[in-house]
Amino acid sequence: MTDYAMAVDLKKCVGCGACAVACKAENQVPDGVFRLTTHEEEQGTFPDVETEFRHDQCRHCDNAPCVSVCPTRSSYTAESGLVRIDYSKCIGCKACMVACPYDARFINPEGGYADKCTYCFHRVKEGKDPACVNTCPTGARIFGDLDDPNSEIRKELRDNRVSTPKEEAGTDPRFFYLNKKLEEVKARWKSR
Amino acid sequence: MTDFSRRDFLKLSAATVGALTLSGAGEFGEARAGSAPSYWWQRETATKSSYCDMCYWHCGIKAEVADGRVAKIYGDEDDPLSQGNLCPRGQAGVKQLYNPDRLKQPLINVGERGEGDYRKATWSEALDYAAEKLSKVSEKWDGPESIAWLNHCTSGSWFSHIAAAWGSPNSGGPAHSLCLGSREIASQLTFGLPVGEHMPVDWENTEFITLIGNHIGENTHNTLMRDFVGALEGGARLAVVDPRYSTPASKSDYWLPIKPGTDTALLLSWINLLVTEDRYDRSYVEKYATGLEELEKRVKDYTPEWAAEVTDLDRETIEEVGREMARYRPHAVVPPNRKASWYGNDTQRMRALFILNTLLGNYGREGGFYFSASPWIQDYSFPSMKLENTGGGCGGGGGALGEDTLPEDVRERADKKGEKFLYGSLSEPELIEAMASEDPYPIKGLVVTGNNIFHSAPKKERTKEALKNLDFYMAVDILPQEHVMWADVVLPESTYLERYDDFFIGHHKSTPFISFREPAVDPLYNTEPGWWIAKELGKRLGLGEYFPFEDFEEYLNERLGPLGLSVEEMKEKGIVKQPQLSQPYLKDYESQGQEPPFGTPSGKIELYSERLEENGFDPVPTYEGVEEPPENYFRLLYGRSPVHSFSRTQNNPWLSEIDPENEVWINSSAAEDLGLEDGEYVILENQEGKRSKSIRVKKTDRIREDCVYMVHGFGHETPGMEQQDGKGASDIELQSDYELDEISGSAGMNVNYVKIAERGGSAQ
Repeated sequence: MTDYAMAVDLKKCVGCGACAVACKAENQVPDGVFRLTTHEEEQGTFPDVETEFRHDQCRHCDNAPCVSVCPTRSSYTAESGLVRIDYSKCIGCKACMVACPYDARFINPEGGYADKCTYCFHRVKEGKDPACVNTCPTGARIFGDLDDPNSEIRKELRDNRVSTPKEEAGTDPRFFYLNKKLEEVKARWKSR
Repeated sequence: MTDFSRRDFLKLSAATVGALTLSGAGEFGEARAGSAPSYWWQRETATKSSYCDMCYWHCGIKAEVADGRVAKIYGDEDDPLSQGNLCPRGQAGVKQLYNPDRLKQPLINVGERGEGDYRKATWSEALDYAAEKLSKVSEKWDGPESIAWLNHCTSGSWFSHIAAAWGSPNSGGPAHSLCLGSREIASQLTFGLPVGEHMPVDWENTEFITLIGNHIGENTHNTLMRDFVGALEGGARLAVVDPRYSTPASKSDYWLPIKPGTDTALLLSWINLLVTEDRYDRSYVEKYATGLEELEKRVKDYTPEWAAEVTDLDRETIEEVGREMARYRPHAVVPPNRKASWYGNDTQRMRALFILNTLLGNYGREGGFYFSASPWIQDYSFPSMKLENTGGGCGGGGGALGEDTLPEDVRERADKKGEKFLYGSLSEPELIEAMASEDPYPIKGLVVTGNNIFHSAPKKERTKEALKNLDFYMAVDILPQEHVMWADVVLPESTYLERYDDFFIGHHKSTPFISFREPAVDPLYNTEPGWWIAKELGKRLGLGEYFPFEDFEEYLNERLGPLGLSVEEMKEKGIVKQPQLSQPYLKDYESQGQEPPFGTPSGKIELYSERLEENGFDPVPTYEGVEEPPENYFRLLYGRSPVHSFSRTQNNPWLSEIDPENEVWINSSAAEDLGLEDGEYVILENQEGKRSKSIRVKKTDRIREDCVYMVHGFGHETPGMEQQDGKGASDIELQSDYELDEISGSAGMNVNYVKIAERGGSAQ
């Protein structure tokens, strides 16, 4: 069995956006939509301010509301632990988009189906890292098998302060932040 | 007569967008609801080697080509710069290649300059026309000095090659005078060595880093991001000096929100502290440096207490950071930033920075700066030229500290080097001034390659006057940028993914290497590589002998021959590393019984510069305050977005979707006083009444109250650039003044001030 997960070390992330573009190219994500974006959070009053980057993408939750809500069972949890979509079964009803607490899904404007991050399963099954992990210039992104006690991700989760985004949503994300210094604050989005 | 107007240009672009969208869907994604798309990686791909041209860092890349289309670009694992990782801009090279707005055929202007009425032309027609016009300019205005060449990008040096062969000393690029010239001059004055393109800081061994206006992470050079974060991961501590809480500030142990323009005062106070408290590296300074006594005398009044007053920082923090540097020395470093032209006093500020590093004993030592070494590769054997090719690149160029050695029959440089400033290669804004004023002599021809002079140079109105005053103006580019659509002849260049180019010669730490560029795909349109355009133009100007190669593979093979390599082998390898012949540290010179490599007249690090003194400048930096903003104005600061390169990439959909428009950062309290809301649009007006396009307010606690900040490169005004659609505002519109650095010829542009002129408006 495998139990894939991803982590981002916030101490290392400089918010360059290389992950977002790698995802676009690798997965042919159409113009105007993203499977992965980043944003920055700010806290405090001058000069006592702090900022930190955040990463918005599918968390491949263990307890995934997008899976339980899907009327056609096109969203499912695969053996790898990853949440996948069978595009051929998807009717584009958007129930999963509403259910996702992370706003990680969108309708693919070219295909009409619900779409999201796959943790680049097509690469992972060939033993490669997901495209975002592969390109990260500072090595902030880590991907691996939680079932493998010697994996880098197990080591990093053991050695660092760990948190999950929106823990209160209770979805058991397969995505972790390492060394987060700021509490979640309301994100300031740029309109697109 | 006009068969191709700007409106037609728009129509043409729109039609092409449609065509590309259709073909894109067909190849990369079936546009049927409920069916899985077909992905590029499900098909057979070819892998092509190149080095990136999305910025000047030139990381080694691989391009995956599926069904004749570049699907993905990623970092070459063999490349010492990218080490297999690639920044957002590098990966978005795909969208530069397939940008529907690209220039697709040569164009000849048929209307007034600046109105953008063009007709299509063949290459031979456009080149014949350009050569005839340039020859006429040279004949009428007493020689080739009357033609200026402003270049950037890889191809730029081929046009500097023409200038050198023909005999125009008015050739150069933005990199010196609008970017890092003052840093390079200061380094050469102090150490007798340039900093060089890739900043040889020994990140992996450093324990205390002080960044001054240095925005790693907002500047996304792969190597710097990796090595900087690696240093922090290794436990290095960090102080960040910046009026704005930047990305590196968010990683820092100390943030020093300095009053803009007072950096030299802070540097001098740290020098004072190290000397007064006897915390500097005495044995290093005694062995390798000269001028300590004079330095001590001249900095004695620059106490931390004095600096606290000047810089608006607290004395305790200044002292604590100064003492921390001393505690960790020589594993403490104050890296020089790249964009050094700020206030016109920039060479002296950078001198202060290098003197501080010297007192920390870190130059040529582990944890400080290492000595880099270039790989060896044979130069192509060109016939000897009238002038030295000063290149379009980023180095000092033009014998940085030397006199220009021009032949007697060549007129002096029109930027008035020697009269207005002392050292360095071409000063772009001073050349533009000469073009407008015809002083010291008329410049009536201009060739611009990959250098958007309406976005890079200050005083845009003056630039327009200069262009109107020309007899002939030609632009070589890939997109219809503002400056391109003013040209009399527009020559469309193939992108870096469609052409061979000269090698990139690089180094990282002690690894010298050579990177190779081959076309990943054939040119999509009727475009040509820069070397070919220069060669064909050169032939028509009677300079054919300076382009003796038939095709570019011949040129590359001649250079590779002595290394036992060929173009065919380079296609396999992409990158060739050379044995580590370099001596990264001073101890390597000593162990081999050699003198240290300082190229100064004294052979030592010059804390006191006699050369500056002889030329009437302070031999040791002194503090001269900068002008204060007028009442109710903010100082305008500007910088970079991590996903954009200058003004070149705003039209790239993968990048503009991530960062579609810039914002003006205003301190929350200051915005509160003005009644401004976060996210509302405003128009800015500078001290001379120049107005910006409308720009969104970012109300933030991340910046001081006396300045505002915006990212450079937005606010394009070209109808042919559909993707960008004119979003955001251009800082250049507000930079109607600059302060010339009289040592390096650099233009300090942080001397412009803005207020909120109007509220309201929208993104466009």
